[in-house]
Amino acid sequence: MGADRVLAPFGRRAVGVTARERHGAYIVLRCSDGGGPRAAPGQFYMLTAGSRWGGGDGERPFLPRAFSVLRAPAGTDELQFLIEDVGPGTNRLCELDAGEELLIVGPLGVGFEPPRDRRLPLLAGGGVGIAPLAIWQDKLGSHTPALLGFRDAAHARGAELLSGPQVATDDGSVGHHGLVTELLARALDADAHVEVYACGPPAMLEAVRALCSERDVPAQLALESGMACGFGACFGCVVPTRDGYVRLCVDGPVLDAAQLETALVAGAGH
Amino acid sequence: MSPVTFCGLELEHPIINASGTFDAIAARRAFGEQLLERFPFAAFVTKTVTLAPRQGNPPPRLWELPAGLINSIGLPNKGRDGFLAHDLPELAELPVPLIVNVMGFSREEVASLVQTFGERDEVAALELNVSCPNVKTGLIMGADARETAALLDRVRPLTAKPLIVKLTPNASDVPAVALAAQESGASAVSLINTIRGMALDPNTGAPWLGGTTGGVSGPAVRAVALAQVHAVAAAVEIPIVAMGGVQRGRDAHDLIRAGATLVAVGTESFRDPGAAARVANELGELVSPARSGQKLESGASLLIAHKSPCKEP
Repeated sequence: MGADRVLAPFGRRAVGVTARERHGAYIVLRCSDGGGPRAAPGQFYMLTAGSRWGGGDGERPFLPRAFSVLRAPAGTDELQFLIEDVGPGTNRLCELDAGEELLIVGPLGVGFEPPRDRRLPLLAGGGVGIAPLAIWQDKLGSHTPALLGFRDAAHARGAELLSGPQVATDDGSVGHHGLVTELLARALDADAHVEVYACGPPAMLEAVRALCSERDVPAQLALESGMACGFGACFGCVVPTRDGYVRLCVDGPVLDAAQLETALVAGAGH
Repeated sequence: MSPVTFCGLELEHPIINASGTFDAIAARRAFGEQLLERFPFAAFVTKTVTLAPRQGNPPPRLWELPAGLINSIGLPNKGRDGFLAHDLPELAELPVPLIVNVMGFSREEVASLVQTFGERDEVAALELNVSCPNVKTGLIMGADARETAALLDRVRPLTAKPLIVKLTPNASDVPAVALAAQESGASAVSLINTIRGMALDPNTGAPWLGGTTGGVSGPAVRAVALAQVHAVAAAVEIPIVAMGGVQRGRDAHDLIRAGATLVAVGTESFRDPGAAARVANELGELVSPARSGQKLESGASLLIAHKSPCKEP
Protein backbone atom coordinates (compact mmCIF):
# COMPACT_ATOMS: atom_id res chain seq x y z
CA MET A 1 0.00 0.00 0.00
CA GLY A 2 1.28 3.48 -0.77
CA ALA A 3 -0.11 4.95 2.43
CA ASP A 4 0.84 8.26 3.90
CA ARG A 5 4.20 8.47 5.68
CA VAL A 6 5.15 11.90 6.98
CA LEU A 7 8.85 11.87 7.90
CA ALA A 8 9.87 12.56 11.50
CA PRO A 9 12.59 15.02 12.51
CA PHE A 10 15.62 12.94 13.54
CA GLY A 11 15.96 12.37 17.26
CA ARG A 12 13.82 12.90 20.32
CA ARG A 13 12.48 16.38 21.04
CA ALA A 14 10.88 18.05 24.04
CA VAL A 15 7.40 19.54 23.70
CA GLY A 16 5.28 21.31 26.27
CA VAL A 17 2.05 19.82 27.54
CA THR A 18 -0.63 22.48 27.10
CA ALA A 19 -3.65 20.73 28.55
CA ARG A 20 -4.84 17.55 30.20
CA GLU A 21 -8.50 16.72 29.83
CA ARG A 22 -10.42 13.86 31.35
CA HIS A 23 -13.01 12.02 29.26
CA GLY A 24 -14.35 9.34 31.60
CA ALA A 25 -11.72 6.60 31.83
CA TYR A 26 -9.41 8.41 29.41
CA ILE A 27 -7.04 11.35 29.43
CA VAL A 28 -6.51 13.52 26.40
CA LEU A 29 -3.05 15.05 26.52
CA ARG A 30 -2.55 18.12 24.36
CA CYS A 31 0.91 19.37 23.55
CA SER A 32 2.49 22.02 21.36
CA ASP A 33 4.90 20.61 18.79
CA GLY A 34 6.32 23.66 17.03
CA GLY A 35 9.29 21.69 15.70
CA GLY A 36 7.43 18.87 14.02
CA PRO A 37 5.42 18.26 10.86
CA ARG A 38 1.71 17.44 10.88
CA ALA A 39 1.15 13.72 11.29
CA ALA A 40 -0.87 11.72 8.77
CA PRO A 41 -3.91 9.88 10.17
CA GLY A 42 -2.84 6.52 11.58
CA GLN A 43 0.75 7.56 12.29
CA PHE A 44 2.08 7.36 15.83
CA TYR A 45 4.60 8.89 18.23
CA MET A 46 6.85 7.44 20.92
CA LEU A 47 6.16 9.28 24.20
CA THR A 48 8.28 9.66 27.33
CA ALA A 49 7.52 11.90 30.30
CA GLY A 50 10.16 14.63 30.57
CA SER A 51 10.79 13.78 34.21
CA ARG A 52 10.25 10.85 36.55
CA TRP A 53 10.21 8.27 33.75
CA GLY A 54 11.47 5.31 35.75
CA GLY A 55 14.61 5.75 37.74
CA GLY A 56 12.83 7.12 40.79
CA ASP A 57 12.10 3.92 42.66
CA GLY A 58 14.14 1.91 40.21
CA GLU A 59 10.94 0.68 38.61
CA ARG A 60 9.46 0.77 35.13
CA PRO A 61 8.83 2.55 32.78
CA PHE A 62 12.15 2.44 30.97
CA LEU A 63 11.14 2.48 27.31
CA PRO A 64 9.01 5.11 25.56
CA ARG A 65 5.40 4.22 24.78
CA ALA A 66 3.83 4.22 21.32
CA PHE A 67 0.59 6.18 20.78
CA SER A 68 -1.35 6.82 17.61
CA VAL A 69 -2.03 10.50 17.24
CA LEU A 70 -5.62 11.31 18.28
CA ARG A 71 -5.72 14.69 16.54
CA ALA A 72 -3.30 17.10 14.89
CA PRO A 73 -5.60 20.05 14.10
CA ALA A 74 -4.72 21.77 10.82
CA GLY A 75 -3.30 25.27 11.12
CA THR A 76 -1.98 24.62 14.65
CA ASP A 77 1.11 22.98 16.11
CA GLU A 78 -1.02 20.95 18.51
CA LEU A 79 -0.81 17.18 18.92
CA GLN A 80 -3.34 15.23 20.95
CA PHE A 81 -2.94 11.75 22.41
CA LEU A 82 -5.55 9.50 24.05
CA ILE A 83 -4.25 7.66 27.08
CA GLU A 84 -5.76 5.14 29.46
CA ASP A 85 -3.97 4.43 32.73
CA VAL A 86 -3.30 0.70 32.47
CA GLY A 87 0.36 0.32 33.49
CA PRO A 88 3.45 2.13 34.71
CA GLY A 89 4.05 4.07 31.46
CA THR A 90 0.48 5.19 30.87
CA ASN A 91 0.14 5.94 34.58
CA ARG A 92 2.98 8.45 34.43
CA LEU A 93 1.76 9.95 31.15
CA CYS A 94 -1.72 10.42 32.66
CA GLU A 95 -0.19 12.47 35.48
CA LEU A 96 1.32 15.04 33.12
CA ASP A 97 -0.31 18.43 33.22
CA ALA A 98 -0.04 21.77 31.49
CA GLY A 99 3.47 23.20 31.73
CA GLU A 100 5.20 19.83 32.01
CA GLU A 101 7.50 18.35 29.42
CA LEU A 102 6.87 15.44 27.10
CA LEU A 103 9.66 13.90 24.99
CA ILE A 104 8.50 12.69 21.60
CA VAL A 105 9.82 10.94 18.50
CA GLY A 106 7.57 11.10 15.47
CA PRO A 107 5.43 11.05 13.46
CA LEU A 108 6.32 7.42 12.74
CA GLY A 109 4.98 4.58 10.63
CA VAL A 110 2.45 4.58 7.84
CA GLY A 111 -1.16 5.59 8.27
CA PHE A 112 -4.48 4.98 6.56
CA GLU A 113 -5.03 5.03 2.83
CA PRO A 114 -8.19 6.43 1.22
CA PRO A 115 -10.90 3.92 0.30
CA ARG A 116 -10.54 1.89 -2.90
CA ASP A 117 -13.12 1.65 -5.71
CA ARG A 118 -15.18 4.62 -4.55
CA ARG A 119 -16.17 2.71 -1.44
CA LEU A 120 -17.46 4.68 1.52
CA PRO A 121 -15.30 4.66 4.64
CA LEU A 122 -16.66 3.01 7.79
CA LEU A 123 -14.81 3.39 11.09
CA ALA A 124 -14.82 0.72 13.81
CA GLY A 125 -13.02 1.33 17.09
CA GLY A 126 -12.65 -0.39 20.45
CA GLY A 127 -11.54 1.26 23.68
CA VAL A 128 -8.46 3.43 23.49
CA GLY A 129 -8.14 2.22 19.89
CA ILE A 130 -10.60 4.90 18.81
CA ALA A 131 -7.67 7.38 18.75
CA PRO A 132 -6.47 7.06 15.14
CA LEU A 133 -10.10 7.00 13.94
CA ALA A 134 -10.67 10.53 15.29
CA ILE A 135 -7.91 12.11 13.18
CA TRP A 136 -9.01 10.00 10.21
CA GLN A 137 -12.62 11.19 10.63
CA ASP A 138 -11.30 14.78 10.80
CA LYS A 139 -9.79 14.22 7.36
CA LEU A 140 -12.61 12.19 5.79
CA GLY A 141 -15.36 14.44 7.12
CA SER A 142 -17.53 14.43 10.21
CA HIS A 143 -20.33 12.59 8.35
CA THR A 144 -18.12 9.46 8.19
CA PRO A 145 -19.94 6.78 10.19
CA ALA A 146 -18.17 5.44 13.28
CA LEU A 147 -19.01 2.36 15.35
CA LEU A 148 -17.34 2.39 18.76
CA GLY A 149 -17.22 -0.27 21.44
CA PHE A 150 -16.36 0.19 25.11
CA ARG A 151 -16.33 -1.77 28.33
CA ASP A 152 -18.68 0.44 30.35
CA ALA A 153 -20.11 3.94 30.72
CA ALA A 154 -16.86 5.49 31.97
CA HIS A 155 -14.99 4.27 28.91
CA ALA A 156 -17.87 5.13 26.59
CA ARG A 157 -17.19 8.79 27.38
CA GLY A 158 -14.43 8.38 24.78
CA ALA A 159 -17.19 8.39 22.16
CA GLU A 160 -17.49 12.16 22.56
CA LEU A 161 -14.15 12.47 20.73
CA LEU A 162 -15.71 11.43 17.39
CA SER A 163 -18.67 12.86 15.49
CA GLY A 164 -22.00 11.03 15.58
CA PRO A 165 -20.80 7.58 16.60
CA GLN A 166 -22.95 4.50 17.27
CA VAL A 167 -21.86 3.07 20.59
CA ALA A 168 -21.85 -0.44 22.01
CA THR A 169 -20.89 -1.37 25.57
CA ASP A 170 -20.08 -4.74 27.08
CA ASP A 171 -22.33 -4.03 30.08
CA GLY A 172 -25.12 -2.35 28.13
CA SER A 173 -24.84 0.87 30.11
CA VAL A 174 -24.60 2.96 26.94
CA GLY A 175 -25.96 2.18 23.46
CA HIS A 176 -26.07 -1.36 22.09
CA HIS A 177 -25.59 -4.06 24.73
CA GLY A 178 -22.88 -6.17 23.16
CA LEU A 179 -19.91 -6.01 20.87
CA VAL A 180 -19.04 -3.33 18.35
CA THR A 181 -18.51 -6.09 15.81
CA GLU A 182 -22.24 -6.88 16.07
CA LEU A 183 -22.91 -3.30 14.95
CA LEU A 184 -20.36 -3.78 12.18
CA ALA A 185 -22.01 -7.01 10.96
CA ARG A 186 -25.35 -5.20 10.74
CA ALA A 187 -23.79 -2.27 8.87
CA LEU A 188 -22.08 -4.60 6.39
CA ASP A 189 -25.31 -6.55 5.85
CA ALA A 190 -27.01 -3.25 4.97
CA ASP A 191 -24.25 -2.00 2.68
CA ALA A 192 -21.07 -3.88 1.88
CA HIS A 193 -19.67 -1.33 -0.58
CA VAL A 194 -17.51 0.18 2.15
CA GLU A 195 -13.91 0.09 3.28
CA VAL A 196 -13.52 -0.58 6.99
CA TYR A 197 -10.94 1.22 9.14
CA ALA A 198 -10.48 -0.41 12.52
CA CYS A 199 -8.39 -0.08 15.64
CA GLY A 200 -8.91 -1.79 18.97
CA PRO A 201 -7.93 -4.80 21.06
CA PRO A 202 -6.60 -7.88 19.21
CA ALA A 203 -9.79 -9.95 19.66
CA MET A 204 -11.91 -7.15 18.20
CA LEU A 205 -9.53 -6.62 15.26
CA GLU A 206 -9.56 -10.33 14.54
CA ALA A 207 -13.37 -10.32 14.53
CA VAL A 208 -13.35 -7.31 12.18
CA ARG A 209 -10.84 -9.04 9.92
CA ALA A 210 -12.95 -12.22 9.78
CA LEU A 211 -16.22 -10.34 9.14
CA CYS A 212 -14.68 -8.33 6.33
CA SER A 213 -12.89 -11.31 4.83
CA GLU A 214 -16.15 -13.35 4.68
CA ARG A 215 -17.87 -10.52 2.83
CA ASP A 216 -14.94 -9.50 0.60
CA VAL A 217 -14.92 -6.05 2.19
CA PRO A 218 -11.49 -4.39 2.25
CA ALA A 219 -10.25 -3.33 5.67
CA GLN A 220 -7.30 -1.44 7.06
CA LEU A 221 -6.36 -2.36 10.60
CA ALA A 222 -4.25 -0.23 12.94
CA LEU A 223 -2.48 -2.82 15.10
CA GLU A 224 -0.56 -2.67 18.34
CA SER A 225 2.48 -4.62 19.42
CA GLY A 226 5.06 -4.23 22.17
CA MET A 227 7.54 -1.76 20.74
CA ALA A 228 10.89 -0.55 22.12
CA CYS A 229 12.01 2.05 19.57
CA GLY A 230 9.33 2.89 16.97
CA PHE A 231 11.74 3.37 14.04
CA GLY A 232 12.78 -0.12 13.00
CA ALA A 233 15.85 -0.52 15.19
CA CYS A 234 14.86 -3.18 17.71
CA PHE A 235 12.92 -5.70 15.55
CA GLY A 236 10.75 -6.30 18.62
CA CYS A 237 7.32 -5.38 17.25
CA VAL A 238 7.00 -7.92 14.46
CA VAL A 239 3.62 -9.39 13.57
CA PRO A 240 3.12 -12.42 11.35
CA THR A 241 1.70 -11.68 7.88
CA ARG A 242 1.21 -13.80 4.77
CA ASP A 243 4.67 -12.54 3.70
CA GLY A 244 6.39 -13.41 6.98
CA TYR A 245 7.10 -11.12 9.91
CA VAL A 246 6.84 -7.38 9.38
CA ARG A 247 7.90 -4.65 11.77
CA LEU A 248 4.74 -2.84 12.81
CA CYS A 249 6.64 0.41 13.43
CA VAL A 250 7.99 0.88 9.90
CA ASP A 251 5.65 -1.29 7.80
CA GLY A 252 2.58 -0.41 9.91
CA PRO A 253 0.95 0.29 12.28
CA VAL A 254 -1.82 0.26 9.65
CA LEU A 255 -1.86 -3.00 7.71
CA ASP A 256 -4.23 -4.18 5.00
CA ALA A 257 -6.37 -6.91 6.56
CA ALA A 258 -5.71 -9.08 3.49
CA GLN A 259 -2.05 -9.29 4.55
CA LEU A 260 -3.01 -11.02 7.79
CA GLU A 261 -4.07 -14.54 8.58
CA THR A 262 -4.96 -13.33 12.04
CA ALA A 263 -5.00 -10.04 13.89
CA LEU A 264 -4.44 -11.82 17.20
CA VAL A 265 -0.96 -10.47 17.87
CA ALA A 266 0.99 -12.14 20.65
CA GLY A 267 2.09 -10.14 23.66
CA ALA A 268 1.00 -6.57 22.98
CA GLY A 269 2.79 -4.99 25.94
CA HIS A 270 2.84 -6.19 29.54
CA MET B 1 34.96 15.30 20.40
CA SER B 2 38.37 14.53 19.02
CA PRO B 3 39.05 11.98 16.28
CA VAL B 4 40.26 8.52 17.18
CA THR B 5 42.16 5.82 15.29
CA PHE B 6 40.82 2.32 15.63
CA CYS B 7 42.42 -0.59 13.78
CA GLY B 8 43.64 1.80 11.12
CA LEU B 9 40.23 3.45 10.71
CA GLU B 10 40.11 7.19 11.28
CA LEU B 11 36.89 7.90 13.19
CA GLU B 12 35.46 11.31 14.03
CA HIS B 13 34.77 10.34 17.63
CA PRO B 14 34.78 7.15 19.73
CA ILE B 15 31.03 6.45 19.74
CA ILE B 16 29.56 3.77 17.47
CA ASN B 17 26.43 1.61 17.63
CA ALA B 18 26.11 -1.86 19.10
CA SER B 19 25.21 -4.45 16.48
CA GLY B 20 21.49 -5.03 16.19
CA THR B 21 20.39 -1.87 17.93
CA PHE B 22 20.05 0.49 14.96
CA ASP B 23 18.79 -0.26 11.47
CA ALA B 24 20.11 2.61 9.36
CA ILE B 25 17.95 1.60 6.39
CA ALA B 26 14.70 1.57 8.38
CA ALA B 27 15.72 4.75 10.20
CA ARG B 28 16.23 6.48 6.87
CA ARG B 29 12.65 5.54 5.95
CA ALA B 30 11.41 7.14 9.17
CA PHE B 31 13.65 10.22 9.34
CA GLY B 32 14.70 10.78 5.72
CA GLU B 33 17.99 12.35 4.65
CA GLN B 34 18.33 14.13 8.00
CA LEU B 35 19.61 10.81 9.31
CA LEU B 36 22.66 11.02 7.04
CA GLU B 37 23.24 14.72 7.73
CA ARG B 38 23.19 14.15 11.48
CA PHE B 39 24.45 10.57 11.60
CA PRO B 40 25.11 9.90 15.28
CA PHE B 41 27.72 7.13 15.03
CA ALA B 42 31.39 7.40 14.02
CA ALA B 43 31.19 3.96 12.39
CA PHE B 44 28.16 1.83 11.66
CA VAL B 45 27.90 -1.82 12.73
CA THR B 46 25.29 -3.89 10.90
CA LYS B 47 22.87 -6.34 12.41
CA THR B 48 24.25 -9.86 12.35
CA VAL B 49 24.36 -11.38 8.87
CA THR B 50 24.15 -15.17 8.57
CA LEU B 51 24.72 -17.36 5.52
CA ALA B 52 21.03 -18.28 5.09
CA PRO B 53 18.10 -15.90 5.63
CA ARG B 54 16.47 -16.00 9.08
CA GLN B 55 12.93 -14.95 10.08
CA GLY B 56 13.88 -14.52 13.71
CA ASN B 57 12.02 -15.70 16.79
CA PRO B 58 8.23 -15.74 17.13
CA PRO B 59 6.79 -12.81 19.09
CA PRO B 60 6.63 -11.65 21.80
CA ARG B 61 10.23 -10.55 21.49
CA LEU B 62 10.51 -7.89 24.18
CA TRP B 63 10.11 -7.58 27.94
CA GLU B 64 10.69 -4.27 29.68
CA LEU B 65 12.74 -4.24 32.88
CA PRO B 66 13.11 -1.54 35.54
CA ALA B 67 16.38 -0.45 33.90
CA GLY B 68 16.54 -2.10 30.52
CA LEU B 69 14.90 -4.84 28.55
CA ILE B 70 15.13 -8.46 27.53
CA ASN B 71 15.02 -9.16 23.83
CA SER B 72 14.64 -12.43 21.99
CA ILE B 73 14.82 -11.22 18.42
CA GLY B 74 16.61 -14.25 16.98
CA LEU B 75 18.87 -12.52 14.43
CA PRO B 76 16.38 -11.98 11.58
CA ASN B 77 18.28 -11.06 8.41
CA LYS B 78 18.15 -11.53 4.68
CA GLY B 79 21.12 -13.89 4.60
CA ARG B 80 24.41 -13.21 2.87
CA ASP B 81 23.06 -12.98 -0.66
CA GLY B 82 20.05 -10.86 0.33
CA PHE B 83 22.32 -8.57 2.32
CA LEU B 84 24.70 -8.15 -0.62
CA ALA B 85 21.84 -7.48 -3.05
CA HIS B 86 19.64 -5.20 -0.94
CA ASP B 87 21.33 -3.87 2.18
CA LEU B 88 24.98 -3.35 1.32
CA PRO B 89 24.35 -0.79 -1.47
CA GLU B 90 22.20 1.30 0.90
CA LEU B 91 24.60 0.97 3.83
CA ALA B 92 27.47 2.04 1.57
CA GLU B 93 25.76 5.45 1.35
CA LEU B 94 26.26 6.09 5.07
CA PRO B 95 28.79 8.84 5.83
CA VAL B 96 30.90 6.63 8.13
CA PRO B 97 32.95 3.39 7.86
CA LEU B 98 30.88 0.21 7.71
CA ILE B 99 31.52 -2.75 10.01
CA VAL B 100 29.67 -5.93 9.02
CA ASN B 101 28.74 -8.27 11.86
CA VAL B 102 28.61 -11.94 10.85
CA MET B 103 27.67 -15.21 12.54
CA GLY B 104 27.88 -18.82 11.42
CA PHE B 105 26.86 -22.14 12.88
CA SER B 106 30.20 -23.71 12.02
CA ARG B 107 33.72 -22.48 11.34
CA GLU B 108 33.17 -23.08 7.64
CA GLU B 109 30.07 -20.87 7.62
CA VAL B 110 31.96 -18.07 9.36
CA ALA B 111 34.86 -18.54 6.96
CA SER B 112 32.55 -18.23 3.99
CA LEU B 113 31.08 -14.97 5.36
CA VAL B 114 34.49 -13.53 6.22
CA GLN B 115 35.75 -14.41 2.75
CA THR B 116 32.77 -12.72 1.08
CA PHE B 117 32.78 -9.50 3.07
CA GLY B 118 36.56 -9.34 3.30
CA GLU B 119 36.60 -8.79 -0.45
CA ARG B 120 34.12 -5.90 -0.45
CA ASP B 121 35.46 -2.36 -0.69
CA GLU B 122 32.32 -1.04 1.04
CA VAL B 123 33.28 -2.94 4.20
CA ALA B 124 35.88 -1.38 6.51
CA ALA B 125 35.97 -4.13 9.13
CA LEU B 126 34.25 -7.31 10.25
CA GLU B 127 32.81 -8.17 13.62
CA LEU B 128 32.41 -11.85 14.51
CA ASN B 129 29.35 -12.71 16.60
CA VAL B 130 30.60 -15.77 18.49
CA SER B 131 27.60 -16.06 20.82
CA CYS B 132 26.17 -19.04 18.98
CA PRO B 133 26.81 -22.75 19.16
CA ASN B 134 29.14 -24.50 16.75
CA VAL B 135 26.79 -27.24 15.55
CA LYS B 136 29.78 -29.52 14.99
CA THR B 137 31.15 -29.31 18.53
CA GLY B 138 28.05 -28.19 20.44
CA LEU B 139 30.06 -25.47 22.17
CA ILE B 140 29.26 -21.78 22.10
CA MET B 141 32.18 -20.52 20.02
CA GLY B 142 32.85 -17.50 22.20
CA ALA B 143 32.33 -19.26 25.52
CA ASP B 144 35.41 -21.41 25.17
CA ALA B 145 38.96 -20.19 24.58
CA ARG B 146 39.96 -23.16 22.39
CA GLU B 147 36.86 -22.81 20.21
CA THR B 148 37.55 -19.12 19.78
CA ALA B 149 41.19 -19.78 18.88
CA ALA B 150 40.21 -22.47 16.38
CA LEU B 151 37.72 -20.12 14.75
CA LEU B 152 40.25 -17.30 14.45
CA ASP B 153 42.89 -19.70 13.14
CA ARG B 154 40.45 -20.64 10.37
CA VAL B 155 39.23 -17.16 9.38
CA ARG B 156 42.15 -14.83 10.14
CA PRO B 157 44.11 -15.71 6.97
CA LEU B 158 41.08 -14.96 4.78
CA THR B 159 41.13 -11.17 5.00
CA ALA B 160 43.43 -8.30 5.72
CA LYS B 161 40.55 -6.26 7.12
CA PRO B 162 40.27 -5.77 10.87
CA LEU B 163 38.47 -8.62 12.63
CA ILE B 164 36.67 -7.67 15.82
CA VAL B 165 35.55 -10.52 18.07
CA LYS B 166 32.29 -9.75 19.89
CA LEU B 167 32.67 -11.50 23.22
CA THR B 168 29.74 -13.07 25.04
CA PRO B 169 29.40 -12.31 28.75
CA ASN B 170 27.81 -15.74 29.20
CA ALA B 171 31.22 -17.36 29.56
CA SER B 172 33.07 -18.46 32.68
CA ASP B 173 36.37 -16.79 31.78
CA VAL B 174 35.88 -13.87 29.38
CA PRO B 175 39.49 -12.56 29.62
CA ALA B 176 40.79 -16.02 28.65
CA VAL B 177 38.56 -15.98 25.56
CA ALA B 178 39.74 -12.46 24.72
CA LEU B 179 43.35 -13.52 25.08
CA ALA B 180 42.77 -16.56 22.85
CA ALA B 181 41.23 -14.25 20.24
CA GLN B 182 44.24 -11.95 20.41
CA GLU B 183 46.74 -14.81 20.19
CA SER B 184 44.98 -16.10 17.08
CA GLY B 185 45.08 -12.75 15.35
CA ALA B 186 41.93 -10.86 16.31
CA SER B 187 42.36 -7.14 15.64
CA ALA B 188 40.10 -6.06 18.49
CA VAL B 189 37.47 -7.37 20.85
CA SER B 190 34.04 -5.92 21.57
CA LEU B 191 32.01 -6.52 24.73
CA ILE B 192 29.60 -7.09 26.26
CA ASN B 193 26.93 -8.86 24.28
CA THR B 194 23.60 -9.25 26.12
CA ILE B 195 23.36 -11.35 29.26
CA ARG B 196 20.94 -14.26 29.17
CA GLY B 197 17.70 -13.62 31.03
CA MET B 198 14.04 -14.52 31.01
CA ALA B 199 10.58 -13.39 32.07
CA LEU B 200 7.38 -15.30 32.83
CA ASP B 201 3.92 -14.35 31.65
CA PRO B 202 2.32 -12.97 34.84
CA ASN B 203 -0.99 -14.67 33.98
CA THR B 204 0.11 -18.13 32.91
CA GLY B 205 3.58 -18.55 34.39
CA ALA B 206 4.86 -19.72 31.00
CA PRO B 207 7.93 -18.09 29.44
CA TRP B 208 6.87 -14.72 28.02
CA LEU B 209 9.37 -14.49 25.19
CA GLY B 210 8.87 -16.42 21.98
CA GLY B 211 12.47 -17.62 22.25
CA THR B 212 11.98 -18.70 25.92
CA THR B 213 15.07 -16.79 27.07
CA GLY B 214 16.53 -13.56 25.74
CA GLY B 215 19.34 -11.09 26.21
CA VAL B 216 19.32 -8.43 28.90
CA SER B 217 20.57 -4.99 27.90
CA GLY B 218 20.36 -1.40 29.09
CA PRO B 219 21.56 0.30 32.27
CA ALA B 220 20.80 -2.93 34.16
CA VAL B 221 24.01 -4.44 32.72
CA ARG B 222 26.27 -1.37 32.91
CA ALA B 223 28.21 -2.45 35.99
CA VAL B 224 28.71 -5.94 34.57
CA ALA B 225 30.07 -4.44 31.35
CA LEU B 226 32.46 -2.20 33.22
CA ALA B 227 33.85 -5.12 35.23
CA GLN B 228 34.28 -7.31 32.15
CA VAL B 229 35.92 -4.52 30.11
CA HIS B 230 38.26 -3.82 33.00
CA ALA B 231 39.21 -7.51 33.26
CA VAL B 232 39.66 -7.95 29.51
CA ALA B 233 41.77 -4.77 29.29
CA ALA B 234 44.15 -6.30 31.81
CA ALA B 235 44.47 -9.43 29.69
CA VAL B 236 44.90 -8.14 26.12
CA GLU B 237 46.82 -5.52 24.17
CA ILE B 238 44.43 -5.21 21.22
CA PRO B 239 41.84 -2.40 21.24
CA ILE B 240 38.50 -2.83 22.97
CA VAL B 241 35.05 -1.70 21.84
CA ALA B 242 33.07 -1.44 25.06
CA MET B 243 29.31 -1.42 25.47
CA GLY B 244 26.63 -2.13 28.02
CA GLY B 245 24.04 0.31 29.32
CA VAL B 246 25.70 3.48 28.06
CA GLN B 247 23.25 6.37 28.46
CA ARG B 248 25.50 9.37 29.14
CA GLY B 249 28.96 10.66 28.36
CA ARG B 250 29.95 9.67 31.88
CA ASP B 251 29.16 6.01 31.19
CA ALA B 252 31.28 6.09 28.01
CA HIS B 253 34.03 7.85 29.94
CA ASP B 254 34.03 5.11 32.57
CA LEU B 255 34.45 2.43 29.90
CA ILE B 256 37.31 4.36 28.29
CA ARG B 257 38.96 4.72 31.68
CA ALA B 258 38.58 0.97 32.10
CA GLY B 259 40.51 0.44 28.89
CA ALA B 260 38.19 0.86 25.90
CA THR B 261 39.16 2.65 22.68
CA LEU B 262 35.61 2.87 21.30
CA VAL B 263 32.28 2.81 23.09
CA ALA B 264 29.02 1.57 21.56
CA VAL B 265 25.54 2.85 22.34
CA GLY B 266 22.77 0.27 22.04
CA THR B 267 19.54 0.20 23.99
CA GLU B 268 19.63 3.95 24.64
CA SER B 269 19.10 4.53 20.91
CA PHE B 270 15.69 2.85 21.32
CA ARG B 271 14.68 5.61 23.73
CA ASP B 272 16.20 8.40 21.67
CA PRO B 273 17.43 7.72 18.13
CA GLY B 274 19.89 10.61 18.48
CA ALA B 275 21.26 9.47 21.86
CA ALA B 276 24.71 8.54 20.50
CA ALA B 277 25.37 12.09 19.31
CA ARG B 278 24.52 13.40 22.77
CA VAL B 279 26.77 10.80 24.40
CA ALA B 280 29.64 11.80 22.06
CA ASN B 281 29.18 15.47 22.96
CA GLU B 282 29.02 14.77 26.68
CA LEU B 283 32.12 12.59 26.43
CA GLY B 284 33.90 15.38 24.55
CA GLU B 285 33.17 17.73 27.43
CA LEU B 286 34.55 15.24 29.93
CA VAL B 287 37.82 14.61 28.12
CA SER B 288 38.45 18.17 26.88
CA PRO B 289 41.99 19.31 27.81
CA ALA B 290 40.64 22.14 29.96
CA ARG B 291 38.99 19.70 32.28
CA SER B 292 41.23 16.67 32.10
CA GLY B 293 43.71 18.11 34.59
CA GLN B 294 41.16 18.09 37.39
CA LYS B 295 38.83 15.33 36.38
CA LEU B 296 41.01 12.64 34.94
CA GLU B 297 43.83 12.23 37.38
CA SER B 298 43.49 8.50 37.70
CA GLY B 299 42.08 7.99 34.24
CA ALA B 300 44.51 10.19 32.36
CA SER B 301 47.22 7.60 32.34
CA LEU B 302 44.80 5.08 30.90
CA LEU B 303 43.77 7.52 28.20
CA ILE B 304 47.34 8.28 27.22
CA ALA B 305 48.74 4.78 27.55
CA HIS B 306 46.23 3.50 25.08
CA LYS B 307 46.17 0.11 23.57
CA SER B 308 48.81 -0.71 21.01
CA PRO B 309 47.79 -0.28 17.38
CA CYS B 310 45.94 -3.07 15.72
CA LYS B 311 47.70 -6.30 15.12
CA GLU B 312 48.09 -6.97 11.43
CA PRO B 313 47.37 -10.44 10.13
